[in-house]
Amino acid sequence: MIVYKRPEALSKVPMHYCPGCTHGIVHRLVAEVIDELGIEAQTVGVAPVGCAVFAYNYFECDFVEASHGRAPAVATGIKRTHPDKIVFTYQGDGDLAAIGTAETVHAAARGENITIIFINNTNYGMTGGQMAPTTMPGQVTTTSPYGRQKLIQGNPIHVCEMLSTLDGVAYAERVAVNNVKNVRAAKRAIKKAFQNQIDKKGLSIVEVLSTCPTNWGMSPTDALKFVDEKMIPFYPLGVYVDRNAMGGDGNDE
Amino acid sequence: MSKVLIKGNEAVAEAAIRSGCRYYFGYPITPQTEIAEYMAKKMPTVGGLCLQAESEVAAINMVYGAAASGVRVMTSSSSPGISLKSEGVSYIVGCDLPCVILNVQRGGPGLGGIQPSQSDYYQATKALGHGDMQLFVLAPSSVQEMAQLTADAFGIADKYRMPVLILADGALGQMMEPVDFDALKFTPEPKKPWATNGHGGKRKKNIITSLFLKPEELEANVLERAEKYKIVTENEIRYENYMCDDADIVIVSFGITARISKAAVNEARARGIKAGLLRPITLSPFPAPVLRKLADTASAFLSVELNMGQMVNDVKLAVECRKPVSFFGRTGGSLPSSDDVLEQIIKISGGLK
Amino acid sequence: MTNKIILAGFGGQGILFLGKKLATAGMDKDMNVTWLPSYGPEQRGGTCNCSVILSDTDISSPIIGSPDTLVAFNIQSYEKFMPRIVTGGKLFADSTLIDKHPERNDIDSYFIPATAIANDLGTPKLVNVVMLGYLIKNTDFFDRDYIRGVLTDSLPASKAALREANGRAFDAGYGYGE
Repeated sequence: MIVYKRPEALSKVPMHYCPGCTHGIVHRLVAEVIDELGIEAQTVGVAPVGCAVFAYNYFECDFVEASHGRAPAVATGIKRTHPDKIVFTYQGDGDLAAIGTAETVHAAARGENITIIFINNTNYGMTGGQMAPTTMPGQVTTTSPYGRQKLIQGNPIHVCEMLSTLDGVAYAERVAVNNVKNVRAAKRAIKKAFQNQIDKKGLSIVEVLSTCPTNWGMSPTDALKFVDEKMIPFYPLGVYVDRNAMGGDGNDE
Repeated sequence: MSKVLIKGNEAVAEAAIRSGCRYYFGYPITPQTEIAEYMAKKMPTVGGLCLQAESEVAAINMVYGAAASGVRVMTSSSSPGISLKSEGVSYIVGCDLPCVILNVQRGGPGLGGIQPSQSDYYQATKALGHGDMQLFVLAPSSVQEMAQLTADAFGIADKYRMPVLILADGALGQMMEPVDFDALKFTPEPKKPWATNGHGGKRKKNIITSLFLKPEELEANVLERAEKYKIVTENEIRYENYMCDDADIVIVSFGITARISKAAVNEARARGIKAGLLRPITLSPFPAPVLRKLADTASAFLSVELNMGQMVNDVKLAVECRKPVSFFGRTGGSLPSSDDVLEQIIKISGGLK
Repeated sequence: MTNKIILAGFGGQGILFLGKKLATAGMDKDMNVTWLPSYGPEQRGGTCNCSVILSDTDISSPIIGSPDTLVAFNIQSYEKFMPRIVTGGKLFADSTLIDKHPERNDIDSYFIPATAIANDLGTPKLVNVVMLGYLIKNTDFFDRDYIRGVLTDSLPASKAALREANGRAFDAGYGYGE
């Protein structure tokens, strides 16, 4: 009996991610959910600009590579012309919360019936560890070398909290993938975010607190600890909005 | 045959719908807003969608997504908004996707004005986006042609898998002229097996991307596209030749100024000056071979444009210094009169004697 | 033969509609026609104008520098466009709202209290139709019965009262001064 195998929706190719990076875990969770829901054949993914730029090589479903930050607009174009297909974006914090803030907020406000997997690792990974909109106060990056200071670099954005104020968002949950318990919770959240789309509930976003050992200058295990000790207190896990659970019916009224 | 009196902007929208375009993404900007309004009214009645985006940037990326998933789709804007779209246009080119983009030009730079202009000629034909890229650029000069070239644009975009830009201006967009929609010719939409619309378990996954990190892969990709441009240049150049064959002075002018130049040609002919008009209908590919040939017979060329002299340089390149090429134009939103153009013809004609 | 007509006044006086009727009438007679409105901020603040060209040859530019005919519905339009009328051109003006007379003697001026007439008829919104009747009477643009037909036929049969009102306003303008 096979108890653990590569999900069908995950391509049989080596990934380019750094050792200890949790992108691989999140990719696997998304692929498992696609398998379990049986939706690979009708799914179209939208890859970002950022570390996950090559996501299209790692999934077996159709994929479009968007320009930086525009994935929610590209996803809107696909979903609106093919409402029967499952469309998801996979975006990092620079992509989603800096250059693509307008696209994110307005796709959310419109209640686009898409799923967003949002990787928050508090820095720009691909370009080598610059400050992101999610970089925490005091956190050192290559463009906040003295630590992020409120009066100089300004404040970080709490994406789930912000988006939960918009009526078009059916579901927003922040999860982490730094231990087994959190990974299992993350998978439940991702599955729900896809199921919501199947049920035409509106926009669902899962924010995943992720690690970046290379740019954080930490060992993979220290990076996981950093998530626990620094990130989760600043970015609390949990469901920020679930209009279904709240008795709302999302977009399908 | 029954004609309707309709605005250029609305003629484009109606022709797009008749061409099978069911998706429009846009953002309001003068002088092209009637397109979004027409689409918003009409699309729901034909099972289509008109979505007002949060920005030009978002609109072109929605077009990108829709084009990638294999449908006929369009967006429209005016000069400042087209600049915003340039990022998305470059990606669409890099992914070899078909779509139609309309620029109803207004004056610039910056916020500029809202009156007619042709000052985005360079942008349209040389650099509507970063990278080694070209667009297919069509320049209508009447409302009937706004409609027909829109229909043609969808066919060309699908045939060559490239975005087609229709370069109009505020006068063509805002004015009403009679249009015979029954006379339009359409190209049926081909199958798009490359589209990312779900593999359905019937094929391997499709990937649409413009990312090629290995220099040799990117070079191969760009060279392949350059081959396509070569074929486009060989097959698709369009122009109107009005009395050029025996002309001493050939005016080169497109869009709204071509109409004015044509009137000037008639007036010049009435005075015994052999003038002609070469009106490029495709600005890219540019009818350079035609001009090169005309340089054998004509004595001088005059480019008439609504800018500070942009297309004139393409005319010079085409003529290869064999004959003098001069420029006349207005900018800022004013149009020259046919008398203004005639004056230039007379001046050149005097210099020739 | 080319006629360049500028129609100008306030928004709400039916100026764009009047221009479209002239252009449509020309189109249906197989003439070349263009209709170009003022647009953008120019149409804010209550002013409104459009340019109509009727021609039996190709129309080069839809923009009119010097009109052959000006139809002015307010003093601002009169002052802006009257000096631009070509020598030998015609001025039509609503004398209810324009109390000036041109000092030019190289144009023909036609004044009609169109607003007052429309008000008297109980159809103040049809000031443009009153003007149309007067315009047709004093130009050779179109035959009276033809344009009257274009005007009323564009209204659905279900709006018989409106058709009748339009016909009445047209006739009042056409008959003015007789």
